[in-house]
Amino acid sequence: MLLEIRNLHAAVEGKEILRGIDLAVDAGEVHAVMGPNGSGKSTLAQVIAGHPGYTVTAGEVLYEGRNLLEMPPEVRAREGVFLAFQYPVGLPGVANAQFLKAAVNATRTHRGLEELDAMEFLEWLKQKMALVEMDASFISRPVNEGFSGGEKKRNEILQMALLEPKLAILDETDSGLDIDALRIVAGGINQLRRPDNAILLVTHYQRILSYVTPDRVHVLAGGRIVKSGDRALALELEARGYDWIQEEAEALSR
Amino acid sequence: MSTTEKTIRALTEREYPYGFVTPVEADSLPPGINEDIVRQISAKKNEPRFMLDWRLRAYRHWATLERSAAEPRWANVRYPSIDYQSIVYYSAPKQKIAASLDDVDPEILRAFEKLGIPLEERKRLTGVAVDAVFDSVSVGTTFKAKLAELGIVFCSFSEAVQEHPELVERYLGSVVPHTDNFFAALNSAVFSDGSFCYVPKGVRCPMELSTYFRINAANSGQFERTLIVADEGSYVSYLEGCTAPMRDENQLHAAVVELIALEGAQIKYSTVQNWYAGDREGKGGIFNFVTKRGKCAGPRSRISWTQVETGSAITWKYPSVILQGDESVGEFYSVALTNNYQQADTGTKMIHIGRNTRSTIISKGISAGHGNNTYRGLVKVLPRAANARNYTQCDSMLLGRQCGAHTFPYIEVANSSAQVEHEASTQKISEEQLFYCKQRGLSGENAVSMIVNGFCKEVFKNLPMEFAVEATRLLDVSLEGSVG
Repeated sequence: MLLEIRNLHAAVEGKEILRGIDLAVDAGEVHAVMGPNGSGKSTLAQVIAGHPGYTVTAGEVLYEGRNLLEMPPEVRAREGVFLAFQYPVGLPGVANAQFLKAAVNATRTHRGLEELDAMEFLEWLKQKMALVEMDASFISRPVNEGFSGGEKKRNEILQMALLEPKLAILDETDSGLDIDALRIVAGGINQLRRPDNAILLVTHYQRILSYVTPDRVHVLAGGRIVKSGDRALALELEARGYDWIQEEAEALSR
Repeated sequence: MSTTEKTIRALTEREYPYGFVTPVEADSLPPGINEDIVRQISAKKNEPRFMLDWRLRAYRHWATLERSAAEPRWANVRYPSIDYQSIVYYSAPKQKIAASLDDVDPEILRAFEKLGIPLEERKRLTGVAVDAVFDSVSVGTTFKAKLAELGIVFCSFSEAVQEHPELVERYLGSVVPHTDNFFAALNSAVFSDGSFCYVPKGVRCPMELSTYFRINAANSGQFERTLIVADEGSYVSYLEGCTAPMRDENQLHAAVVELIALEGAQIKYSTVQNWYAGDREGKGGIFNFVTKRGKCAGPRSRISWTQVETGSAITWKYPSVILQGDESVGEFYSVALTNNYQQADTGTKMIHIGRNTRSTIISKGISAGHGNNTYRGLVKVLPRAANARNYTQCDSMLLGRQCGAHTFPYIEVANSSAQVEHEASTQKISEEQLFYCKQRGLSGENAVSMIVNGFCKEVFKNLPMEFAVEATRLLDVSLEGSVG
């Protein structure tokens, strides 16, 4: 099992958001994590990546059988855990090429590979940029500065392509995208699907799942996974909304 | 402590690598200052009469200032009173005048080599001519002959006084008169060496000229003077670097730099200042009280100052431009980093006198530890300066909770056609920025370096290549990935 989450509880500023998550993801799979606003979807993504603002209060997360929660965030990243941020933050004055090369080489060094030099990296970068239809001017622009919403999301997918993670968590990468941008982003994700990696697709809407077909769909409500199923579940949510799920969940917890 | 703070602490608590002392025998005057000391300095340097007279005028002026306690106290820095009678005003390595650089005391050559400035012929930096100043004297200048072929004079100040007295007499004190301020007066009285450069009409200097200042002796002050004259239509790029040993006592560095750009000439002056900053508790370090000013004397002349100030216990300096010629341009690009108990009060003055003159000020202040960083700037537009333009941008970055950033911009406009803009910002490295970088596999130290370096980018891009590298290294940044 690539990722195994058992009874995970997590809090932010003393407020418990995750209240016992159980989830298992195998290599080669795409899992969609859906749910209404405030259900804990983004928190789950941030906790797996190791955001310092969240405190794990109970439970465990195993990554390739090892305790993920013990690893500092940069080690998780180098071990192949990638988070595509919902709101990627800007780094003024830091050129994309400089940032991405440092990121790629940090991971390569960790994996015992030789660092790429400037020319090798540029080749590699250009190849991956084509995947998300990124303009050449992107290379020298500062990270996420003056980017449109769509560009920021494409940049996240580009970084995922460059870093070749084993576990990619995409946190609402589809939200706020127009249909063309969605198509590019989804195309990028599909090309990165491989038998040896897994994708956790955190989303509010069903529409990206028309492009990226998930193996499993989980619905989060009140910090727990209240329902799991296949692709049909996503379509049912699209048709019926989230209310019935929440009602079911409340009925269960009574 | 937040993760950002921990990372910043780890990054900023590095050792000063240039704190060594070189064992050389010194020829020093006794500590203290009086007319006799001034006469002795002048005599040691075998100066012509006009120099001695100039020094004495400066000394007498300084003495009246000292008696009336006129040492400037308006800067936003705190330090104990300086005992001017305990400072050694002249200290030179004891040796016969070296006929060539290869005859210089090997200890001194080794010292410079350790600092990354090899002076020997075969090891020299390509494309950079260096004047190496060790305590009070210049120990050698590289590429002198090659520059002379183009008519460019690049030598120590002492040599210029002997070989080109007419140029020195004409321009010395023409931008910073000895009456300018307390420290300029002191410097004028006792300065012992420095660099001199004259670029003749229409000549574009083919290499970077550079002076490397090294304080070595204990209890001595360093008072050097740099004078650069760019004749009509010429161009020169000048670099200045500085380091000093780690000592528990504060040492005074009071330099004066004067730049003169005649019609259509351009001078680019870059500094990477890394004097010893004192220890973590704020003990020791250099008091860097420096007067730097350029005069755009002719029309369409241009002077730009770029400074990266990372050292010194206290920095007090305002590299300025007098925009006298019509359509002249003045620029000031600055990065000042204060860490531990360092204090910096730095900025610029842009004095618009001529018509259609333009100036740009970009200041980046970074404060960490208990450091205090002040930007102080004056933009002055005189009545004749029709259509003068200024753009000022002052950005501060705070790393930690105990440091401070302050901005004192002064704007005085006496011509209604002038256009003056001022922008300012204060920022921190956010937890989100740090987490974003770590999520991409960067270590916290790397992330902070990269973000700080990005913050300084607008200034660094104005540095010559070699210096840009030095500057980024100074901020502990590996600027890998400069693609293309």
